[in-house]
Amino acid sequence: MSVTTIAPPANPVERFLRTDRMPHIWCPGCGIGTTVNCFTRALIDAKIDLDHLAIVSGIGCSGRVAGYVRLDSFHTTHGRAIPFATGLKLANPKLQVVVYSGDGDLAAIGGNHLIHAARRNVDLKVICVNNLIYAMTGGQTAPTTPGQVVTSTNPYGTFDTSFNLPHLVEAAGAVYVARWTTYHVRQLSRAIAEIFQKPGFSFIEIISPCPTLYQRRNKMGDGLDTMKYYKEKSKVKNGAPTSEVGLDKQGEIIVGKFVDRARPDYRELMVNQMHESLGSRFIDPVAAECEEGEPQGCEEGLCS
Amino acid sequence: MAKGTVLIEVERCKACGFCVEFCPTKVLALSTAFNSKGYHPPHVIAPEKCSGCDLCGMFCPDFAIFGHRDVPAASEINQ
Repeated sequence: MSVTTIAPPANPVERFLRTDRMPHIWCPGCGIGTTVNCFTRALIDAKIDLDHLAIVSGIGCSGRVAGYVRLDSFHTTHGRAIPFATGLKLANPKLQVVVYSGDGDLAAIGGNHLIHAARRNVDLKVICVNNLIYAMTGGQTAPTTPGQVVTSTNPYGTFDTSFNLPHLVEAAGAVYVARWTTYHVRQLSRAIAEIFQKPGFSFIEIISPCPTLYQRRNKMGDGLDTMKYYKEKSKVKNGAPTSEVGLDKQGEIIVGKFVDRARPDYRELMVNQMHESLGSRFIDPVAAECEEGEPQGCEEGLCS
Repeated sequence: MAKGTVLIEVERCKACGFCVEFCPTKVLALSTAFNSKGYHPPHVIAPEKCSGCDLCGMFCPDFAIFGHRDVPAASEINQ
């Protein structure tokens, strides 16, 4: 059989990519590209207005996503994707702001920003690609690295307790918490489409292989072996208590939608508080814009 | 009769094998030929089995492959 080269119809992901930057730098078997596929399929399914969408990434392998997608995107400093996105969201509440970054960026150097954004319930959609290690800098132990794993900074195995990210963000106050692996492409795509309809701090953790630094050093095979492991050992438990979904080296991976609740978000609380203390002296900038005849904000019900 | 077609951009492939492993109807296999980077891209071994589900396209981390339904499913017609 001959190999077919690309011809119309085009790949659905193609119009979301900066094709001049392809091929990307991610290793063979890395799961980040798979998450980008799911993300772009979710954008199509949820019919997101691309003019009102911004992607913010930090530093790391998954931070590269901001540079590869042909959307309004920002590649920020290490760990500061969430503060940057918070500012973006507050200055322009009409934007859908997606934070697309890795575990080292969001949970390690940006750990404080993560919990405080969840506490304030800022309307951000956080997608955390968790490969359980600092991949771009050479495979050092990250706060998410489970026990008995060989890394470049723990050559005899890690021994400290790792972060259980769904539990952390739920405790901090996130309104939507889910975990999927790169094997669960359809579920992941549906989950991403779902968080666009969900006001408040939404968090999706995606377990992803790092064949070069994590799996290879631990003799766990390549990317494909890891995907087979995800297929075999992951168990869907929607609504599972997040305290019981911690990860270990070769054990079961509990996936699913863990938390879906409603809380007033940061802007709503701020506007209410300002109205209460300032009364008629407070003018909501978004509502003021609507009165001047800019229709977009009104459609989204921001100034009701 | 194939319901779908799979299209491959050989030069982007890094031969991770996700599409070959997870194709539900086993349409693909890694070929013995090389691309210019020295990887073995997949090729179609059973075109008649392709359902056009695009699962290969969702798995491919290198955006090198996708499936296309020749007859769109009812849910896709309105899009």
